[in-house]
Amino acid sequence: MSELLRTALYDLHVELGAKMVPFAGYAMPVQYPMGVMQEHTQARTKAGLFDVSHMGQVIVKGDNFETAALALEALIPVNILGLEVDRQRYGFFTNDAGGIMDDLMLANRGDHVFVVVNAVCKAADIAHMQSNLTGVTVTEITDRSLLALQGPAAESVLATLDPKAADMRFMDVATLTLAGVECWVSRSGYTGEDGYEISVPSAQASALAKQLLAHDDVAPIGLGARDSLRLEAGLCLYGHDIDTDTTPTTAALNWAIQRVRRTDGDRAGGFPGADVILAELANGADVKRVGLRPEGRAPMREGVLLFANADDADPIGKITSGGFGPTVGGPVAMGYLPTALATNDTTVYGELRGKRLPLTVTQLPFTPANFKR
Amino acid sequence: MKFTKEHEWLRTEGDVVVVGITEHATTQLGDIVFVELPETGTTVAKDDEVVVIESVKAASDIMAPIDGEIIAVNEALGDNPGLVNEDAVGAGWFFKIKPSAPSQMDSYMDEAAYTSLIS
Repeated sequence: MSELLRTALYDLHVELGAKMVPFAGYAMPVQYPMGVMQEHTQARTKAGLFDVSHMGQVIVKGDNFETAALALEALIPVNILGLEVDRQRYGFFTNDAGGIMDDLMLANRGDHVFVVVNAVCKAADIAHMQSNLTGVTVTEITDRSLLALQGPAAESVLATLDPKAADMRFMDVATLTLAGVECWVSRSGYTGEDGYEISVPSAQASALAKQLLAHDDVAPIGLGARDSLRLEAGLCLYGHDIDTDTTPTTAALNWAIQRVRRTDGDRAGGFPGADVILAELANGADVKRVGLRPEGRAPMREGVLLFANADDADPIGKITSGGFGPTVGGPVAMGYLPTALATNDTTVYGELRGKRLPLTVTQLPFTPANFKR
Repeated sequence: MKFTKEHEWLRTEGDVVVVGITEHATTQLGDIVFVELPETGTTVAKDDEVVVIESVKAASDIMAPIDGEIIAVNEALGDNPGLVNEDAVGAGWFFKIKPSAPSQMDSYMDEAAYTSLIS
């Protein structure tokens, strides 16, 4: 894997016995000796530490926060200007057809917007911002790593390093001093659990990770459990559940577009694909992302075709993420269905190894969110 | 006990052969969450796909190592597929087959040969 990039925690992953796999051009830990099932349960019941340093950290800076926020609003259909200082929110870049180019997190850091983007999209996202934003500078942060500490014990663990961690609410952002180092911390994550994402100078990342792992309640968690945790939490994985062929409305992400950016809002539209997106917000779309529970125990994974009836010839949709949900104790999936069928308790059929097996449309998330609001 | 290079084990018990996968295989597969077993009474040929294993990562097919009739399957795996991880060569067995060509067993490895294969 010599051609792969390594995060600052690479040696620590190897030391911890991780199985390393290529992901988005990086060598990343898919699991540790504990195994995916136990790692998943660890993050749901205690706390797990994830290396997410492959993700992109970007500072968008103008004359002041308002300049940067308004510039970004030309690419993102979200109320960025209305973010209070040290608050964060979810958003996405859209294209002219109303498709989703990437999803991201945006934070108001006083004089700039701090943006975290997906690893697979980060080069494209940065190029997109650099060529389309005016009056601001777009700077990728390459000397900081990103750790996530997730789970019900995350607060008590992080508060041992800086008690201010306990004062943060869900989607708050703060600068904390952890292990003697200034870290940019948000109370958020990608597991459905309470927790933090921690931007730490790469030179100190391994030392901070070791200090967190020294706590009895913390274990390292790989990409395998990260995927099952986010799937149970009903969270989209870019390139799978959302992409340029899905819109905010088809992806069931209307909630992320605040009223001020919608038709009749003070800053309505003004982002790529606004005509499509605003029309769908008002009128709905033909298809919709839903949660699906396969009956029985057999997982149905990405690509499984869905049928309205067990003997129909033509598929009506497909699964975009699927697998076994360790906390649910059975298979879980997400996929797209015609909106008419995208109602809870509807039965559809997935084709698995030549057999048509039933699935039930189910409210997301599969496991209740455990945020500290 | 005999072993295949596909990491199955075969244990002769009287005139039937018990088949499962090795601990090495379960380590590679990770946590097993679902096992689809054949129906008792099915006649299978060597290399037929007879079992599907789903781990947290992916689905894998298990081939029949020999010709014969499936005379029993491990029903306990229906509710507890994790038995395969916990006790691969014991409680995690898949099926019992009555061989129709017992000499097919001769081509498989003994434990020493298998151990050297995976080391």
